[in-house]
Amino acid sequence: MSQLDPLEKPVTAENTNGLPANFYDGVAEPSGTHIIEASANGQAAVNTPISAAGTSIAPVAVGGAPVTAMIAGSLSGFWRAITRNRKVVFGLSIILFFVLVAIFGPMFVHTDPNAFSENLLSPPSASNWLGTTQTGQDVFAQVIYGTRVSIFWGFLTGLLVTILSITIGLCAGYFGGVVDDVLSLLINVFLVLPALPLAIVLAAYFPFKGPLTVAIVITITSWAYGARVLRAQTMSMRRRDFVEAARASGERTLRIIFFEILPNEISVVAAGFVGTVLYVIIFEASLEFIGLGSPTVVSWGSMFYWAQNNDALLLGAWWWFVPPGLCIAVLGAALAFINFGIDEMANPRLRTERRPKVKALKTQKAVA
Amino acid sequence: MRHLFRRIGFYLVALWASITLNFLIPRLAPGNPAEALIARFQGRLRPEALHSLEIEFGISNQSLWVQYLQYLNNLAHGNLGVSITYFPTPVSTVISQDIPWTLTLIGLSTIISFILGTLIGIFLAWRRGTTLDSTIPPILTFFSAIPYFWLALLSLYILAYTLNWFPLNGGYDISTTVGLNGPFIISAIQHGILPALTIVVSSIAGWLLGMRNTMITTLSEDYVLMAEAKGLPQRRVMFNYAARNAILPNITGLAINLGFVVGGALLVEIVFSYPGVGFALLQAVQNSDYALMQGLFLIIAIAVLAANFLADIVNAALDPRVRQEKG
Repeated sequence: MSQLDPLEKPVTAENTNGLPANFYDGVAEPSGTHIIEASANGQAAVNTPISAAGTSIAPVAVGGAPVTAMIAGSLSGFWRAITRNRKVVFGLSIILFFVLVAIFGPMFVHTDPNAFSENLLSPPSASNWLGTTQTGQDVFAQVIYGTRVSIFWGFLTGLLVTILSITIGLCAGYFGGVVDDVLSLLINVFLVLPALPLAIVLAAYFPFKGPLTVAIVITITSWAYGARVLRAQTMSMRRRDFVEAARASGERTLRIIFFEILPNEISVVAAGFVGTVLYVIIFEASLEFIGLGSPTVVSWGSMFYWAQNNDALLLGAWWWFVPPGLCIAVLGAALAFINFGIDEMANPRLRTERRPKVKALKTQKAVA
Repeated sequence: MRHLFRRIGFYLVALWASITLNFLIPRLAPGNPAEALIARFQGRLRPEALHSLEIEFGISNQSLWVQYLQYLNNLAHGNLGVSITYFPTPVSTVISQDIPWTLTLIGLSTIISFILGTLIGIFLAWRRGTTLDSTIPPILTFFSAIPYFWLALLSLYILAYTLNWFPLNGGYDISTTVGLNGPFIISAIQHGILPALTIVVSSIAGWLLGMRNTMITTLSEDYVLMAEAKGLPQRRVMFNYAARNAILPNITGLAINLGFVVGGALLVEIVFSYPGVGFALLQAVQNSDYALMQGLFLIIAIAVLAANFLADIVNAALDPRVRQEKG
């Protein structure tokens, strides 16, 4: 039923809409260490296996070692390539900052984020840097503790979504035939179903509330984008020599899929992960804002929930709902910058900023 | 024509899937919260009403297949159950009151955002490398990373609460009578501007950047160079040659991202207490009104599927390659 696939043809590698859900699209086929050089003529590199020799000769004899080495090699190449792009470096440093705050921040804040106090709804001051809530809780402490919860669950959920995308996408792409027909239909149906309303209905039926429920619900509703991209990638790879060689040498199917093919797609997976985390963090905050999270766990989203339910807006308490939103916006912008940076590497025509302005255009046209 | 039938087939499958999901979720849910809900209503409702609630949530001794057929039968008769929030109004009535508000707000603002974003994207691609082109995308990137509901909160705080330019909540002035009369329409527009603005600002970056990036690629194609060499007017080269060939992926993108935009727009409605589907969804969540929640999900899913189908038809009409696509 692959003829039912609505997205197979029209989506081009350049079609990146900037919306988080679409993050996978921009990364054409950046594989191996030569992303920038190989794609200099505007065509994404034809993805050669990362270390073709190593894969096809060694795999059966020596267990996991070459595979891990391969992934490490591929990732370090990916890393080298992306750190050359200023947008990516900028985005990465902001994320590093948030991760550090999430890990070490709570050690320096000695206020319990849930503790009530006499100091109700006071604006930012020397004692409460970001003011207090209706019940006298310190907003600054809440933001710091909330960073830990939101970042941790954001990355964890992003990981869950990615794992599910990998499993379904690779299986659909590798097996083809009926398996592919069924799985791509599933992928396409989940692509067109509106994720947020579905997640709301699912979460409402869960008997317990909390970050785990939110994570599960998001995973169920959000895996389809990644799966679609990985399916296409895998289809282009299943007839390559190194896969045929592995098959001929009698490797088990699952091993071929996850230890031969997957390492060669790791850069696509990594790039997609970035977009997924951004999408997930916003999604989590949205569900918590509606009241589907745990109201006792302090996170950016639950701060919105309490602020909204206590009419923070009508009381003019901007310090209650501005800080968590600003955190999400800055973190989101950082992840979006990384994504655009990766787009520029996959499609060098988008790299305009470093060229001298008018001249560059003329020479480019002349060359074209 | 074959393409069209294939697409219709796909959307029918997707429709069936969303209906079936809607049927299965309450029945597979652990602990069955609906049962607790019905227990709460015991003695307060007529036995028939209780029984219909039970059928709705699958609390019966009949087999799953019989329940499924009952459910489909109810659905075919437009029976989505009874809302608890607005008891005893049927869910279908609640939804039919809310849907015009949402369709107008989200429909209009999505169309405005798509057209505006595409046009600005065309201009930025045309002037790529200029200061304008290097400043607008990063700013919009920042806006696109902001959760819709937070931007809604901010604009409500600054433009409505502090500056008093717009009404604080609701979809119209309660003193006016709902209907096709001057005062009502004016107040509805006044109440709609700010939510619409929020949706446009947060969704425009996607269309804009998509258009800009695709158009930069088409601008370096030979036929654009040829058109310039022929000395055609700039406007003609820009719109009829470059943009025309770059717009297709953006329309596909419209289809893909629609579900995402609708989700965000529902949250905007919640912040503005706008009398649409999103606000009803919040009410349903807060009151454990499962019938209303599921009815809303079904309606939203159908609307998104329909819009996707429309985008598909437009795409096929514009792109002969899509029409001729085989298997």
